[in-house]
Amino acid sequence: MLNSSLQQLGSALRAKKISSVELTQLYLDRIAALNPALNAYITTHAETSLAQARAADARLSGGTAQALTGIPIAQKDIFCAKGWRTTCGSKMLENFVAPYDAHVIGQFNSAGAVNLGKTNMDEFAMGSSNETSYFGAVKNPWDQNAVPGGSSGGSACAVAARLCAAATGTDTGGSIRQPAALCGISGLKPTYGTVSRYGMIAFASSLDQAGPMARSAEDLALLLNTMAGFDERDSTSLQRDKEDYARDLSKPLTGLRIGLPKEFFAEGLSSDVGKAVETAIAEYKKLGASIVEISLPNSKLSVPVYYVLAPAEASSNLSRFDGVRYGYRAPDYTDLADMYEKSRAQGFGAEVKRRIMIGTYVLSHGYYDAYYLQAQKIRRLIAQDFTDAFKQCDIIIGPTSPSTAFKLGEKGDDPVQMYLSDIYTIAVNLAGLPGMSIPCGFGAANMPVGLQIIGNYFAEAHMLNAAHQYQLATDWHVRTPNGI
Amino acid sequence: MQWEIVIGLEVHAQLSTSSKIFSGASTAFGAEPNTQADAVSIALPGVLPVLNKGAVERAIKFGLAVGAHIAPHSVFARKNYFYPDLPKGYQISQFDLPVVGQGALTIQVEPLSGNAKPYEKVVRITRAHLEEDAGKSLHGDFHGMTGIDLNRAGTPLLEIVSEPDMCSAAEAVAYAKALHSLVRWIGICDGNMQEGSFRCDVNVSVRKTGAPLGTRREIKNLNSFKFMQQAIDYEVQWQIGTLENGGKIQQATILFNPDTGTTHAMRSKEDAHDYRYFPDPDLLPLDITPAMLEQVRATLPELPQARRERYTSEYALSAYDANSLTASREMADFFEAVLAEMSPSPQSSPASGRGGERENQSSTSAKMCANWLIGEVSAQLNRDGLEMTQCPITPQQLGGMLQRIADSTISNAGAKDVFRAMWSEGGDADAIIEAKGLKQVSDSGAIEALVDEIIAANADKVTEYRSGKDKLFGFFVGLAMKASKGKANPAQLNEILKRKLSG
Amino acid sequence: MFLANADVRKVARLARLAMDETEIEAARTQLSGIFALIAEMQAVDTQGIAPMSHAQDVAQRLREDIVTEANQRELFQSIAPQVEAGLYLVPQVIE
Repeated sequence: MLNSSLQQLGSALRAKKISSVELTQLYLDRIAALNPALNAYITTHAETSLAQARAADARLSGGTAQALTGIPIAQKDIFCAKGWRTTCGSKMLENFVAPYDAHVIGQFNSAGAVNLGKTNMDEFAMGSSNETSYFGAVKNPWDQNAVPGGSSGGSACAVAARLCAAATGTDTGGSIRQPAALCGISGLKPTYGTVSRYGMIAFASSLDQAGPMARSAEDLALLLNTMAGFDERDSTSLQRDKEDYARDLSKPLTGLRIGLPKEFFAEGLSSDVGKAVETAIAEYKKLGASIVEISLPNSKLSVPVYYVLAPAEASSNLSRFDGVRYGYRAPDYTDLADMYEKSRAQGFGAEVKRRIMIGTYVLSHGYYDAYYLQAQKIRRLIAQDFTDAFKQCDIIIGPTSPSTAFKLGEKGDDPVQMYLSDIYTIAVNLAGLPGMSIPCGFGAANMPVGLQIIGNYFAEAHMLNAAHQYQLATDWHVRTPNGI
Repeated sequence: MQWEIVIGLEVHAQLSTSSKIFSGASTAFGAEPNTQADAVSIALPGVLPVLNKGAVERAIKFGLAVGAHIAPHSVFARKNYFYPDLPKGYQISQFDLPVVGQGALTIQVEPLSGNAKPYEKVVRITRAHLEEDAGKSLHGDFHGMTGIDLNRAGTPLLEIVSEPDMCSAAEAVAYAKALHSLVRWIGICDGNMQEGSFRCDVNVSVRKTGAPLGTRREIKNLNSFKFMQQAIDYEVQWQIGTLENGGKIQQATILFNPDTGTTHAMRSKEDAHDYRYFPDPDLLPLDITPAMLEQVRATLPELPQARRERYTSEYALSAYDANSLTASREMADFFEAVLAEMSPSPQSSPASGRGGERENQSSTSAKMCANWLIGEVSAQLNRDGLEMTQCPITPQQLGGMLQRIADSTISNAGAKDVFRAMWSEGGDADAIIEAKGLKQVSDSGAIEALVDEIIAANADKVTEYRSGKDKLFGFFVGLAMKASKGKANPAQLNEILKRKLSG
Repeated sequence: MFLANADVRKVARLARLAMDETEIEAARTQLSGIFALIAEMQAVDTQGIAPMSHAQDVAQRLREDIVTEANQRELFQSIAPQVEAGLYLVPQVIE
């Protein structure tokens, strides 16, 4: 059951081979057993989950079930879910019980899926190792001394450790793809505007995008069918016809033109990751794809550009956490300014404060043009690189992360080293393009390696096809960590 | 050397939408605290703004009314600062690219002092942009704490910025009044100043004639024209006094205290000048298509300036009358409705080709109507504390009455009786005239008989009059009026008396 | 990029983050490192390039002017740090 695809689980549920309550209980038991060590979940609420499962069972009996009805899904703790504590990995929201549902949560609820719990994450999604969470680091199921990646580390860990059937994540600079790679699972960040940001606690609004995390491309397609769709409550939500992301899964890859950006295979890429990616490329050739070398000359600037734009937006987005209407308020203060300063200093962790400081600085008087405006202009150059590249190829392939999972605490003192671990993923967010990561082998110490697939705008179905065909030919995605 | 005053205004007009600028919460005034503060108004984590079409249409309408350039592409920006009534920690406003560009407003200035004549002036409008209002801080007794009500947070505002074109309190007040009248006229703002729907910030500086601009101080949140005038007068004197005593003016934000009639500087916020504006990533650029522009243009009523011009040219009214009648759209509409009531219908007065006479007639009617509206009607409204829309007399009633003056059924004095009765008890003019017996005697035979009697009974006075004592004419008029119980048609009586006395 | 402690202090104040001198010193070191990374951007010639604020070139959608939200004060204030008489309470605001 734990290794079944969502499709298979759905069939089993509809065929009454298992009930949603049984399935949910199975996962709750596993969470009870394994979560104390892995720390993938911040909050579970068995009663609520089981109540949803009972409702799903009724729906399954009533014949109104949809593809995901009764399937237990883990939700990243960045999505507001009514009645659920929603912390965003922060002390600031330690006791925040969301009074409304995010669009994504609403979509899963109407599909009849079960909310299994809220997964751990880097505080306010700021981090690449899940070590910035106020609720403690998440462990990588492949090596509990290693990080799971971030910021959607809890979701990645939960999927890899079979603590849920599938999970949601959000990706601002690689937060779905990098932990997916480091935990050996599949994750997809859709085109910006595909999934509504309503109810998703904002980090950097112009980059944030929610997406599914699961064990296979096939599962991702099914999840995205539920998550995607126009939402009038988000001005940046795109008005497009509903599409079936699974429609192209079984197409052969003959004639597929794969672009390899030379910048992604240069200095900085560790050799074990490079080797696994090369092997994957060879596999694609076998599947009928042709390879073109491309260049993304400005992508090397994506880290500096990102560390101007994302903190700038974040510094403003996080101003609402002031201890007035919800969230943490410092116990002692002398006056209003003191209340603000202490509540925010005590409520936010070090990385969040660091980014608020960067963002405040780059937007402040006298620096705006040199930093913020310059970064926005280079952002356009980076996006233009992709537009040019997609004239020569259908999808772009490369490594997701320059290395496999690093050890807990290894990069803790050096933010710059940490930031550079997102070097291959950030450009995709800046351009607003869809990107995904799928397992493509193992590197040193038998840690998973992720293969990044980048598509043109709205090319999700196409990317899922390329990923699915690869997963039909390989078995990296079905490997499980020892002891799981 | 003379001192020169330089004044510019920033007016916040609350747009009369039903819902807030970025959410579906109500904007109704006076609700219980925070009952209209929805998830967006209190800035819950994860909520997002979606722009209200009604607010955009109203901004466009204003832009068209002041002949401004409407930006086909404008941008919303975040103005970042911390304040408890600002739930997001930033205000969504427009900075670099506002929706309304340069325009102008013609104002009628009535100098406050001396016998200077009213004059017209064009004030340039720099820009107008959309933004959201903040909530309210209530300093009641909450254990020494401040209470925050976010009902108003997110209410749409149009901030209208003028050039520093005004050089007296009278001009500033005239501009504010003209703007106030205009926003109500075009139906984008209810103009309720007590409720804060129309708030003025006034930038004041002084300089010696010909010198470069002086340092300005900004008087914040003036919500009455009277206070505006008092505040400017005080501020100007204060600035001149300070400079003449060798002092310097520091740029400052100041408040006017109506109780003392003085201004004082607000506690300065150290970082008030670093708002870290940047384009709001949650809102996309606002594109106004030519189609939308035309749609809004079609809803624009005839503007006050156009009506003023029409009233002076078409009805030969004085500039003063035209101004007074166009002080509000309700007044102007009332005026035209009364006039329509008075003008002979095409059937009863077939086109005779004597256009000049008809025009003359309508000009007489217009003048009479204007006099009554600006005089008696306005005075009564004022006395009863009523708005034009609450006037107890309909244009039909008033028109009917004026018609009876015009056809000499009643005298002006009688009309005042009719008007008073109409105001308090209703009813149409003819019924009141009948009931009160106010009909004039216009039967020349009756008047001649009456005059003959008086002449016969006052032979000595007639002799005196005929020997040159013209002043006695009034004496005879008085006697005749008395004899007719005030109902004799005055014009007729005069004519008959004159003829008979001259013998 | 060289940052002084005074810069850090000013930014912390703007961002309403209480920081003591040790924290300011630590932040200065880390921020200087980050700004050194960011400085790579400065050499790029971006003349004539339009800044990119959004991931896609789409215009703002407009919402009809209709009241859709009901009063949820009780629910919303159930998670507030301090309320009284329907108001959010904060330390006294002095103007």
